[in-house]
Amino acid sequence: MLEIKGLTAKIDDKEILRGIDLTVPDGEVHAIMGPNGAGKSTLSYVLSGREGYEVTGGSVLFNGRDLLAIEPEERAAAGVFLAFQYPVELPGVGNANFIRTALNAVRRARGEPELDAVAFLKEARSAIKALKMPDDMLKRNVNVGFSGGEKKRNEILQMALLKPALALLDETDSGLDIDALKIVADGVNALRGPRFSALVITHYQRLLDHIVPDRVHVLAAGQIVRSGGPELALELEANGYAGLEAA
Amino acid sequence: MSDTEFLDRVDFAARTGNDPHRVKAAETFRAHGWPTRADEAWHYTDLKASLRSFDLTLPGQGAPDVGGMIPRTAMPKVIFVNGRFDESLSDSSRFVRRFDDHASARADGTRPLVSLNTAVANDGIRIDVPGGTDGGTLFLVSVTDTPCQDMLAPFHRIAVGAAGSLTVIEVVRGAGRYMHNVVTEIALAEGAVLRHYRLQDESIDAVNVTTALVDLREDARYEAFTLNYGAKLSRYEAHVTLSGPNAAVHLNAAQLLAGTQHGDITTVVAHRAPHCASRQTVKSVLAGSARGVFQGRIEVAQWAQKTDGYQMNQALLLSPDAEIDSKPELEIFADDVKCSHGATIGAIDPEQMFYLRSRGIPEAEARAMLIRAFLDEALEPVTDDEARSIFEAAIDVWWQKGVL
Repeated sequence: MLEIKGLTAKIDDKEILRGIDLTVPDGEVHAIMGPNGAGKSTLSYVLSGREGYEVTGGSVLFNGRDLLAIEPEERAAAGVFLAFQYPVELPGVGNANFIRTALNAVRRARGEPELDAVAFLKEARSAIKALKMPDDMLKRNVNVGFSGGEKKRNEILQMALLKPALALLDETDSGLDIDALKIVADGVNALRGPRFSALVITHYQRLLDHIVPDRVHVLAAGQIVRSGGPELALELEANGYAGLEAA
Repeated sequence: MSDTEFLDRVDFAARTGNDPHRVKAAETFRAHGWPTRADEAWHYTDLKASLRSFDLTLPGQGAPDVGGMIPRTAMPKVIFVNGRFDESLSDSSRFVRRFDDHASARADGTRPLVSLNTAVANDGIRIDVPGGTDGGTLFLVSVTDTPCQDMLAPFHRIAVGAAGSLTVIEVVRGAGRYMHNVVTEIALAEGAVLRHYRLQDESIDAVNVTTALVDLREDARYEAFTLNYGAKLSRYEAHVTLSGPNAAVHLNAAQLLAGTQHGDITTVVAHRAPHCASRQTVKSVLAGSARGVFQGRIEVAQWAQKTDGYQMNQALLLSPDAEIDSKPELEIFADDVKCSHGATIGAIDPEQMFYLRSRGIPEAEARAMLIRAFLDEALEPVTDDEARSIFEAAIDVWWQKGVL
C-alpha cells in the first residue's frame, strides 16, 4: 500500500507539490489526471527518487517503509517501477544486458537467486512475444534508434520482467498510436492482481479506456483537487480542466 | 637522478649487437637528454620529471616469481621476464625468433626514446609470418617484478608477408619500480593483415613508454587497440605510415586512469599513398586527479588523393580534479580527401544514471555500465575472443578496485 501524506516538494526554489494526500491500496490502479504543469511528473520523480527535487514536507510510506529515505535502486528493489515519459537512450549498452543486470540487481537485493543468460532470454523472449515487439529489441542498444512507440513498449517490457509491486506510469500513452496503446495497456493489465498497484499519470482519458482505474484523482497546482471513480475521467474529457484549480 | 649519465656506465663494446649504430644512438640521446615539456612532442607529458626520483640501472639477470601475472591461454606465448626473453616459460613457435641484432633500424635521432632503446636494447623477438600464411594468435607477454630501478628496453619486430595474417595479443604487467622503454617495428607487406591488441597493466610505480613504428604496403590492414591501464606514467606512441594504395588502419586506444596516474596516447598517421583509410577512436576515462593526454596527427601527402581519414577522441571525466589535454592535428597537402576529426569532453550523464538506478542497479554498478558503454566504440577492432575477454576483465574490475 502506498500512503502519501502532506507531500510538498520544490525544484529550483519553485514549489511544485503543495501538499499531496493520496492512498493507493494493494491491488488498485489509480489514475492521476491534470493539466500541464500541475506537478504530475514531479510526483512520479519524487516517488522514484530522482535528484534535483527537494522534498520540503510530508511523508511517503510504501508497505510501511519510508520511501523518501532510500536510494532509487533501493526503491526499485522494494518494488517501485517508473515507466519514464521520456525513456533515456543508452548508447553502448545492449538492451538484454541492461534488463538482465537490472533484474539480477533487484533479485539480489531481494535475496532471490540471479538468472543466468539462458533463463533470462527465455523469459525475455516470451515477454517480447506477449508485447508484440520485434525480436531484435533485445539486441539493440537501449532505446537508441527506437521510435517513440518502441521506447514506451520497451518500458513496459522492463516492467513485465521486473514485476514491480507499484508501477508509476508517467504519460506512457503520449506519442502512441492506438495499436501501441492497446499493447501497453495489455502489458499493465497482465500484471494486475492483489499484489500489484499502479499510479497511471495521464493528460488524456483515452488510456483509461484500456486500463480501467479503480480511482481517478485530479492534480492541479500541486494538490489533489478532486477524486472519484472512473466516471470522473469521462467528465474531465467532456468538460476539460478549466475551473478545477478553484474547486 | 635521471640524467643521461647512467649511459656512461654502459660498456657498449661489450654488449650484444656491438656496433657503431648503438654508440651513435647513445650519443644522440645524450645530446638531447630526456624529453621535457620544452620538446613539442612531449609538451603534455613531462617524462624527465616523472623519472626524477629514479636511479636507473640496466638490469642484471634475475628469476622473480611472476607466474601469477601470466595470462592463462591455450595460445602460444612468448614471455619476457624483467625485460629478458624467458625460454623456459615461452612456447616455441616457428614464426618467432629471439633477436640477435638489437639495434633499431629507424633510430634517426628525432625520437629520443627510440634512440635510447637503440643504444641499450638487450633483448627482443622478431616475428616473421611468411607470405600467404596465417600465423594464428600469439601472446607477447611482458612481466616485470624488480626491486631495482631497472630500465628495460626490449626491441621487437613484427613482419607479415604478402597476404599473410597474424593476431598478436600483448599483455604488459608488473610489480615494483622500473622504467619500460619498448620499441616495436611492424612491417606489413602487400595485403597482409595484423590484429594487434595490447593491455598495459604495469606496476603503479612504473613508467612505460612504448613506441610502435608501423609501415603498411598496398592493401595491407592494421587493426589495433591498446589500453593504458597501469603505470604511474605511460605513453603509447604510434607512428603509422600508409605507404601503399588501399592500405587501411584502425588505430584505436583507450585509457582508464585514477589517482595520480598520467597516460598519454600520441599517434601520427601518415597517408603516403592514395586511396588509404585511417580510423581512430580514442577514449579516456579519468578518475581522481588522473591526467590524460591525446595527441593525434593525420598527415596527408600531396599525392595521397582519395584519403579517407577519421579521428575521434573523447574523454569522460569522473572527478573535478581529472584533466585531459587533447591535441588533434590535420596536415593535409592533397586536395581530394575526406578527413574528419572531433573531440568531446564530458561527465557521466545524470539522466542515464537515474535511469539505471531506477531499475534497481546500484550506483557503482550503474557507473561501471556507463563507463563500459563509453568505451564500446574504441573496442570495435577487438574481434578476437581471447583478447576481448582480457580487456573486458580489466574494465570490469576497474571500478571494483575502488578507484571511483
